[in-house]
Amino acid sequence: MSHPTPEQLAAAANKCLKDLEQLPALKVKDRLAIPMQEMPSQDPQVRRHNLMEVALGYTPAQAKAEALRCLQCKNKPCVAGCPVAIDIPAFIQAIADGDYQKSVDILKQSSLLPAVCGRVCPQEEQCQKPCTVGKALKDVNQAVSVGRLERFVADWEREQGKVKLPVIKPETGKKVAIIGCGPAGITVAADVRREGHAVTIFEAFHKPGGVMVYGIPEFRLPKVIVQKEVETLEQMGCKIQTNFVVGRTRKLLDLMAKDGFDAIFVGVGAGLPKFMNIPGENLVGVFSANEYLTRANLMRAYDFARADTPIFRSNKVAVLGGGNVAMDAARMAVRLGAKEVHLVYRRSRVEMPARIEEVGHAEEEGVIFHLLENAKRIIGNEQGLVTGMECIRYELGEPDASGRRRPVELKGSEFIMDVDTVICAIGNESNPLLRQTTPGLDHNKWGNIIADASQLTSLPAVYAGGDIVLGAATVILAMGQGRIAAAAINKALAAQPAGQT
Amino acid sequence: MNTILKKTQLSDDVFQLRVHAPLIAEERKPGQFVIVQIDSNFGERIPLTIADADLREGSITLIFQTVGKTTLKLAALKEGDAIENLLGPLGRPTHIEKLGTVVCIGGGIGVAPLHPIAQGYKQAGNKVIIIMGARNQKLLILEQEMRAIADELIICTDDGSYGRKCLVTEPLKELCLQEPKPNFVVAIGPPIMMKFCAETTRPFAVPTFVSLNTIMVDGTGMCGGCRVTVGNETKFVCVDGPEFDGHQVDFDNMMKRLRSYKTLEDKARHTCNLEQAIARKENESKP
Ligand SMILES: Cc1cc2nc3c(=O)[nH]c(=O)nc-3n(C[C@H](O)[C@H](O)[C@H](O)COP(=O)(O)OP(=O)(O)OC[C@H]3O[C@@H](n4cnc5c(N)ncnc54)[C@H](O)[C@@H]3O)c2cc1C
Ligand SMILES: Cc1cc2nc3c(=O)[nH]c(=O)nc-3n(C[C@H](O)[C@H](O)[C@H](O)COP(=O)(O)OP(=O)(O)OC[C@H]3O[C@@H](n4cnc5c(N)ncnc54)[C@H](O)[C@@H]3O)c2cc1C
Ligand code: FES
Repeated sequence: MSHPTPEQLAAAANKCLKDLEQLPALKVKDRLAIPMQEMPSQDPQVRRHNLMEVALGYTPAQAKAEALRCLQCKNKPCVAGCPVAIDIPAFIQAIADGDYQKSVDILKQSSLLPAVCGRVCPQEEQCQKPCTVGKALKDVNQAVSVGRLERFVADWEREQGKVKLPVIKPETGKKVAIIGCGPAGITVAADVRREGHAVTIFEAFHKPGGVMVYGIPEFRLPKVIVQKEVETLEQMGCKIQTNFVVGRTRKLLDLMAKDGFDAIFVGVGAGLPKFMNIPGENLVGVFSANEYLTRANLMRAYDFARADTPIFRSNKVAVLGGGNVAMDAARMAVRLGAKEVHLVYRRSRVEMPARIEEVGHAEEEGVIFHLLENAKRIIGNEQGLVTGMECIRYELGEPDASGRRRPVELKGSEFIMDVDTVICAIGNESNPLLRQTTPGLDHNKWGNIIADASQLTSLPAVYAGGDIVLGAATVILAMGQGRIAAAAINKALAAQPAGQT
Repeated sequence: MNTILKKTQLSDDVFQLRVHAPLIAEERKPGQFVIVQIDSNFGERIPLTIADADLREGSITLIFQTVGKTTLKLAALKEGDAIENLLGPLGRPTHIEKLGTVVCIGGGIGVAPLHPIAQGYKQAGNKVIIIMGARNQKLLILEQEMRAIADELIICTDDGSYGRKCLVTEPLKELCLQEPKPNFVVAIGPPIMMKFCAETTRPFAVPTFVSLNTIMVDGTGMCGGCRVTVGNETKFVCVDGPEFDGHQVDFDNMMKRLRSYKTLEDKARHTCNLEQAIARKENESKP
């Protein structure tokens, strides 16, 4: 499989546009004939050794060619697939017309973080799934590349320095506390600040951004993008207080009782990593993906020379799981110099929850996939170091409640995988800290905070959204709940007479 | 924020900092700790126990031993400097109640975290017996402070340069052999000391709590790096601890986990010492 260079892709797009110019008007047939524009990316052999972004972004010609593939369907099936209902045909038409500013403006009516979502949304499960073009070509991977186009205009706006500060209404004198500076918290902050309320975001870590800075690696989501969003919030007048863990530095309800906040939004994310509960799990060399990625990303342990935080130097790594987190951990291990990286997933490839693009990228980078296999026990030596992992093979049995075929163990198929590092990426539970220290905050049996349709919790004036409500979900869903909560907060505060606390 | 108000050297490699942190001072309880990071970009996040707090001044006291890169850098800060990132108070507070006779054992730097806990037990109306251990007299810290709390104070040194020449487990065993036995034991110090304190009290069935000093990253339950095996269950020291039933802790596994990065860190420390030596030389040669 040869890797097309960005130059080749750009040349092909230019030629395609030239050919299209010959046509008097584009018919559906002509649009369907435009080849899907591939995302230019770093050569896999090169990018295995660096942390720079893998996907390089469309050229203007590629963006135009891709935008012209959109059929501008009247019934807009793509919009129904988007969790925040972006007017997708309209922003794509604006790109085709070369009016990037208009395109960004349309995006930003519904999405606060298009540069992030364009990169990390599972488009093949959302907007691109019902796309008519994909249906006509009988392949969802041939749908209009909505995410890539979204990223293209969002990057254009940022790189041109055209990011506009939203208009902020006159100060209302009301104060809103936001707990957690991930996508949910960032969204609420922006929407609430616009109404003229004072906003303080409390973040436990020393840097804002949530999973977007500590979890998702630089090679997939450059940190400058998140930084820029955070700077915009600060320019709007939102205060960000880092190193502040609500529940410990201050109790949640004290923020209202002692500090005079009128409403609170809880967007603290999922947090607590799950382990497999198999023997050997606490050996030296077994990590949660959260720990491995936090060391590498937030603590910059990849910079061996400068970072004080150490990271395990591995030869052979096994990553357990099949989601985005597993892909990120596996690809990070490749970049940190592991000679072999094995990804062990107990179902088959179609069931992998990771974005298709990430699975493809991981494979190109040499990650070895072990499907329908699972870990049974981790084996160590006298010093407690991992020396291997016992696995067992599975086959697909009857469909379970979710309709997915249940994997069943193949008796006697055990074998030993020779590894020195095991990374668990099998999901997160909700962090107990806040609910333990906040009496009356209702949660379900998984520890997720319960919120109603307006994201209000069991406590008055306390709203919640994002992973802490949904369980580990996605950036766009966190943002969507943030928007709903912000609207509810704005409405509740508007109904209160000024000055009342 | 986080300005160092006072810096004191307590022994060759033990330093005490009083740091301005009013919110933490207000909320902290005995047994809790903070995460310290000196530089947001490349610094490491390390846990240190809050040894004391002064509400009036809005300050907390940290006592630490220079064992590696970050603690060496921390020791190099001066009064008036600020610690870039300080997060806390973290961990579950010690559960303090009136139990009768409580033996508090501190080994080495472990005396620092023990101080507020011993103070708490005393205030709750317990008879507090304190056993302090150190390699030699020079490494002994907070003797006056502990003496002020203790109903009885026993000092042990490995080399006999001060107090009794023995390990802390010896007087502990003697106390367990007496009638009435102590009602409760708290041991804080090197893992090996805590392990043997737990082994000493086990045959006497005296409840023994230990405070674990695992490696940490976030300190809020997000990474699992601090996990230990307690009674065959995995626990996170930063949110479930740091105190656990010493009779249930798998100390051998914990000690192995503490050495996870040993070779990497020894190298870092070596470079760090070297850098500081070079910096000193350069300063000396300046007119
Ligand atoms: C490695 C990885 C890869 C992922 N890849 C994708 C992807 O490709 N696409 C996608 O859509 N989603 C992806 N996700 C999921 C996505 O990142 C999350 O769904 C999303 O970030 C949730 O947003 P949030 O705002 O609810 O919480 P978070 O992003 O988790 O932010 C919560 C913030 O709250 C802070 N906090 C927690 N407790 C407290 C407290 N008590 N006081 C103060 N602050 C607190 C935390 O430090 C954190 O900064 C990925 C997740 C991971 C871990
Ligand atoms: C809850 C808690 C409270 C603590 N309170 C205090 C305190 O009040 N005062 C104090 O001096 N220390 C305390 N510690 C230990 C302190 O965090 C470590 O000494 C520190 O992380 C070492 O960092 P470093 O970069 O200087 O050394 P590193 O270079 O990271 O390590 C140097 C050497 O110390 C070992 N080491 C690493 N981490 C630890 C650790 N957590 N405990 C013991 N040895 C370790 C390494 O294996 C290595 O051999 C506490 C730890 C915990 C978890
Ligand atoms: S330090 Fe990360 S979970 Fe405890």
